[in-house]
Amino acid sequence: MMAVLTQKNPTTIFEKLNDETWRRKFVRNVVIPWIFIAPLLIVHIFVVAIPAVQGVYMSMTDWGGINPNVNFIGLENYHELLFEDQAFAKSLRNNIIWMLFFLTVPFIMALFCATQLAQIKRGGMLYRSILFIPYVLASVVTTTIWKNLLNPKQGIVAASANLLGIEGFEVAFLGRTDTALMSIAFIDNWHFWGFLMILFLAAMQAIPPVLYDAAKIDGANRWQEFRHVTLPGIRPIVLFMFMMVAIWSFLAFDYIWLITQGGPGGASEVIATQLYKNAFQRFEAGYAAAQGVVISIFAGFIILIFVTLRRRGWDI
Amino acid sequence: MTAIGKVSLRDTVFQRGQSKERSKLLVFNHAVLLLLTAFAVIPLAVLTFNSLKTELEIGQNPLGPPKQIIIENFAEAWDKGDFATTMRNSVIYVVATITAELILGGLAAYALARKRPPGSDLLMLYFLVASTIPVWMYIVPLFVQMRTMKMLGTFHGLIVIYIAGNAPLTIFLLRSYMIDLPRELEDAARVDGANEFQVLTRIVLPLTKPGFLTVGLVVGLGVWNEYTLALTFVHDPNRFPVTTSFAKFVDRFDTNWALTSAGAIIILFPVMVLFLALQRQFIEGLAEGGIKT
Repeated sequence: MMAVLTQKNPTTIFEKLNDETWRRKFVRNVVIPWIFIAPLLIVHIFVVAIPAVQGVYMSMTDWGGINPNVNFIGLENYHELLFEDQAFAKSLRNNIIWMLFFLTVPFIMALFCATQLAQIKRGGMLYRSILFIPYVLASVVTTTIWKNLLNPKQGIVAASANLLGIEGFEVAFLGRTDTALMSIAFIDNWHFWGFLMILFLAAMQAIPPVLYDAAKIDGANRWQEFRHVTLPGIRPIVLFMFMMVAIWSFLAFDYIWLITQGGPGGASEVIATQLYKNAFQRFEAGYAAAQGVVISIFAGFIILIFVTLRRRGWDI
Repeated sequence: MTAIGKVSLRDTVFQRGQSKERSKLLVFNHAVLLLLTAFAVIPLAVLTFNSLKTELEIGQNPLGPPKQIIIENFAEAWDKGDFATTMRNSVIYVVATITAELILGGLAAYALARKRPPGSDLLMLYFLVASTIPVWMYIVPLFVQMRTMKMLGTFHGLIVIYIAGNAPLTIFLLRSYMIDLPRELEDAARVDGANEFQVLTRIVLPLTKPGFLTVGLVVGLGVWNEYTLALTFVHDPNRFPVTTSFAKFVDRFDTNWALTSAGAIIILFPVMVLFLALQRQFIEGLAEGGIKT
């Protein structure tokens, strides 16, 4: 009697393993799926998870990166980074300027352009495709184009000014401490803003036309229509991209590295370019790792702000 | 009757007035859009023009169309920039990454969307958190790890990094495509005696082809254009992808715009051909992919 019951309803692991149908089910629903998942997961753990954890430990050492001499120094790197390193303070400031630029200029351009484009029926696809082209270009291509265009002698700004007879525009935008960072941001934005525009456009096209008809019947003008129908409709994606762009701003690297490598005189230095130099040119691996952790903390902090706002009932 | 007549008359008047207003406003729309289009296109036009001029002509006419088309710039850039090697390398990086990503990602996404083994939710959370970890958090230890494992500067080393970097995006996208499939189709195949592998290859894969195309495009474009990781992990010119090799080339021929412009065109040409052929998939794929990373 007992034996029959346990066979039908196995309870312990041994009994389960002896039960043929249970075993087959277990293999089909647990073992095989995990075999499917395992390869990608293992690659990911090997490349991201393990090094990320190691990075935290490395950031608490004075390791140079090559010699076997490693001392655990606790939070000393962080102390130096946050309270003593003037160069880091400057980089952080540049990252914040970069963030303020990217949280305004591309968003205004994309919102404005998407609003204009959403109303166009014929030819809309053509505009959409052309405006998106800069986004598919490699950073090496974009920076090459603009390094030439911003050349003080033969660039587009100098040539246009010449053509109009205006003098004094032979400015080396990328070589001056007061213009380098903003010029690189401008170049990166030339490549980036079309992407935001496409996202906003897609969200606008998903707004039911009935809402616009209703607004019109209520006598809304263009601005009111935008303010009370369009903006609420695209709000989730705009706010989400606010978060993403804020995070990306702390990761900025390739445009700056390709154009100025942080120069002139540190004018366009950001945390990531500084980290790169510390890690691979000055051989201060521990210090660089600490900078990487700090970047991640900033990213985590931005996510935390958004999650908190959402918890508080903001519709994000 | 008359009342209805009045209303409809007022309606037509109102609509006529409105449509006039509409067309007037659309002029403004087109003006704005043309201006922005010019902003996007002029730099590319100048690049193309300069790739077809002599150095001398660029000096005299840096922005306008070429008076005489010089096609030799491309041959010279191709040689001096070692594009034969680096284009081949980039193709290897792109093809290997896409292939591995789609196979491994397809398997994992299928298991997560259809089988949901215990631990699935935890795994999705893992990939969600992992997708927000900046590369700067782990680039230094990863470099050390790659060096210890003798994978630094190898093809497979960089490819493995690309596969891992794109894993969260691939899983999210493919899983969302697979979750939408009706389950009955798979059950029917199982009733007909198909095993799990056949269900995946005969039923699920053909129906989620658009998802795979999207992921392939997004991942492929990302790898083709990638600069930072290639700069960090590959130092042997024989294994450079086009991006890092071209960056060095631009530094070397800083003042030779004809040559650097031609090189830039060589890099963007394959991307533009694919983009023009698959605009919709490209735009929608990158929009979806961009949000999910």
